[in-house]
Amino acid sequence: MNCRSEVLEVSVEGRQVDEAMLALLHTILLHRSTGKFHYKKEGTYSIGTVGTQDVDCDFIDFTLVRVSSDELDRVIRKAVAEFKDALGNSGSDGMGQISLEFYQKKKSRWPFSDECIPWEVWSIKVNVVNLANEQERQICREKVGEKLGEKVINIVEVINRHEYLPKMPTQSEVDNVFDTSLKDVQPYLYKITYQITDSLGTSVSTTMRRLIKDTLAL
Amino acid sequence: MDSDLSPQDKKDLDKFIKFFALKTVQVIVQARLGEKINTCSSSSPTGSDWFNLAIKDIPEVTHEAKKALAGQLPGIGRSMCVEISLKTSEGDSMELETWCLEMNEKCDKDIKVSYTVYNRLSLLLKSLLAITRVTPAYKLSRKQGHDYVILYRIYFGDVQLTGLGEGFQTVRVGIVGTPIGTITLSCAYRTNLALMSSRQFQRTGPIMGIIIDHYVERPFTNMAHMHPCSYRAPGEDEGGTYAGIEDSQEVCTTSFSTSPPSQCVCTVSQAHFKTPKPTLMATLKVPLMGLGISQQLYSSRLSYQTPALGTVDLCHPTACTAAAHPHQMVVPGKEGGVPQVPAQPTHGTAAEHDCSIEVKTVSPSDALETTFTRKVGAFVNKATTQVTTTSLDLPFAAFAPRAYDLQENDPMVHPPPSPAPSSPLQGSLHSNTSSHSGEQPQDDFVMVDFKPAFSKDDLLPMDLGTFYKEFQNPPQLASLSIDVSVQSMAEDLDSLPEKLAIYEKNIDEFDAFVDTLQ
Repeated sequence: MNCRSEVLEVSVEGRQVDEAMLALLHTILLHRSTGKFHYKKEGTYSIGTVGTQDVDCDFIDFTLVRVSSDELDRVIRKAVAEFKDALGNSGSDGMGQISLEFYQKKKSRWPFSDECIPWEVWSIKVNVVNLANEQERQICREKVGEKLGEKVINIVEVINRHEYLPKMPTQSEVDNVFDTSLKDVQPYLYKITYQITDSLGTSVSTTMRRLIKDTLAL
Repeated sequence: MDSDLSPQDKKDLDKFIKFFALKTVQVIVQARLGEKINTCSSSSPTGSDWFNLAIKDIPEVTHEAKKALAGQLPGIGRSMCVEISLKTSEGDSMELETWCLEMNEKCDKDIKVSYTVYNRLSLLLKSLLAITRVTPAYKLSRKQGHDYVILYRIYFGDVQLTGLGEGFQTVRVGIVGTPIGTITLSCAYRTNLALMSSRQFQRTGPIMGIIIDHYVERPFTNMAHMHPCSYRAPGEDEGGTYAGIEDSQEVCTTSFSTSPPSQCVCTVSQAHFKTPKPTLMATLKVPLMGLGISQQLYSSRLSYQTPALGTVDLCHPTACTAAAHPHQMVVPGKEGGVPQVPAQPTHGTAAEHDCSIEVKTVSPSDALETTFTRKVGAFVNKATTQVTTTSLDLPFAAFAPRAYDLQENDPMVHPPPSPAPSSPLQGSLHSNTSSHSGEQPQDDFVMVDFKPAFSKDDLLPMDLGTFYKEFQNPPQLASLSIDVSVQSMAEDLDSLPEKLAIYEKNIDEFDAFVDTLQ
């Protein structure tokens, strides 16, 4: 299975984790969300409109652009908050990875459950650093802002290669490709998981799989 | 190549490109307004939301863009560029970035216009939204106001990047292949933000600290071809109302078909471009603050001035060569099913991109066959062509070149930086040479007797002028005199025990004093 996988790495201070993750996840989701589909007869459909919102970060010199959807924002914030808590609880090392995976569902016959086939996975590796004084924090604000800018450029570069995207589905298949639960936008089916790396650098002992958005029937 | 494209597809494609160009300009200019942009998502499609994105249309910007395009479309050899520059309140200006919408010859014949191209253009606009917040000019534009404003200029034709200084960086926003060529959107941005105004060094003579905005013609009246990135609601603007997009005829297509699903052609084209490593500007400090200019000359934002002509600088054509290998796959789709094998272009390594940009300097007399002429505003650093005032359609056209010259040398417009005191212990300004009222020292200072009006006073033995001059340079305080620093540390330490003894002797007094404070 050819699943496109991209890895982004950032080093941030503890209080910047939320905003850095939000910035990158929202940038990816902006490109992987469409307006709501409205199917009409004869197999045609129309697409709703996606609005955007600029959000200034408090702890980073950066402004992120996200889809104007409070529901989606809530879901992403919740996932990032859980990731941050897990990072904080893991120990002093502060290394972890949050993954945003886009997948398609493939219906299987009973009694087998539907299969989830990923087609794009974004992994964001985070390294949390501790800073000693305010001056270092100020420098970190600017540096992380620039780094996030570079990551946004990387994301845009990958997305604009126009590689595989799921075929536009018929009305009966739309839930196998898109997440239709939101009322204002329609992202591709996605799930967010995270892993905390322990001090040995392995991701075995404190691996947690948290399925935030999963429509698996089981 | 057009014979492969059905007339309907060709018509749709032209419409898509036109509105893509207009929306691109809107996104870029709105991102430089200095405010956060918020638009709402809507689940019900409206006919005017092109590319399924809620991007507002500022009428003046649309008007400017249409004027620059002049009925043409961006095409091969015809690029649409949006130039963003910064202009300080003193009249210095600097190009910050140039956004280029170009097309090259690489065609993608099999791509579906009304579906794939449309969706990819939508994706490209989203990328543009993200990238416009990332380049260095964004932070500058968020802080614009009294000290500087951000201006934009739209031009059509050849890309000019020489105003960006040395070492400018390029970031490619994205590409979309179409049957008539590949659309490329990129941004070249300046990395060297030091204000390069040579006029800084031509300023002559210190002047007194007077507020001089009463005497100076507003410099922004001359910027006919530059427009401020500030938006006023219609009605406030003297520009009047502009014709919006002809919505009645140009409704965007938001209807797609999922049938027939039996065969889906998925075309991927890989162009060989080398994108330089995206390094952004390091810590951004606006150097304007360090110029030591204390006066705030212009406190208000500009109102939009209707320019007479669009302008194009024809001096520096840019050629971009690229080779590309189309890569095409057919994905058999199943009725109502998921493709068994997701189509992936089989590229081993990430696509390496090579683009060589050659900048050729051509004599200013070379011109494309357009009607645009270069007008040198008063605030452009490099004036490469002559200005004829008669062709300028400006409110103060008769004064334009004179204003330009005047402002070059007028110390009232360009007050020199206050000379920094050589040591903090000397606190006086070097204002002994006070040239005032009416004199415009060009090369030498001219000593003029300071004769303040109505200042004769019989009570004092001296007049106001002499008093002023005398007390302008007060003697230094004894405690701050330079001799203090001559004392060495050792002497200080030696005197410490004596001081401590005195303090101990008077300890009761100190205690009583402290009690009174409580």
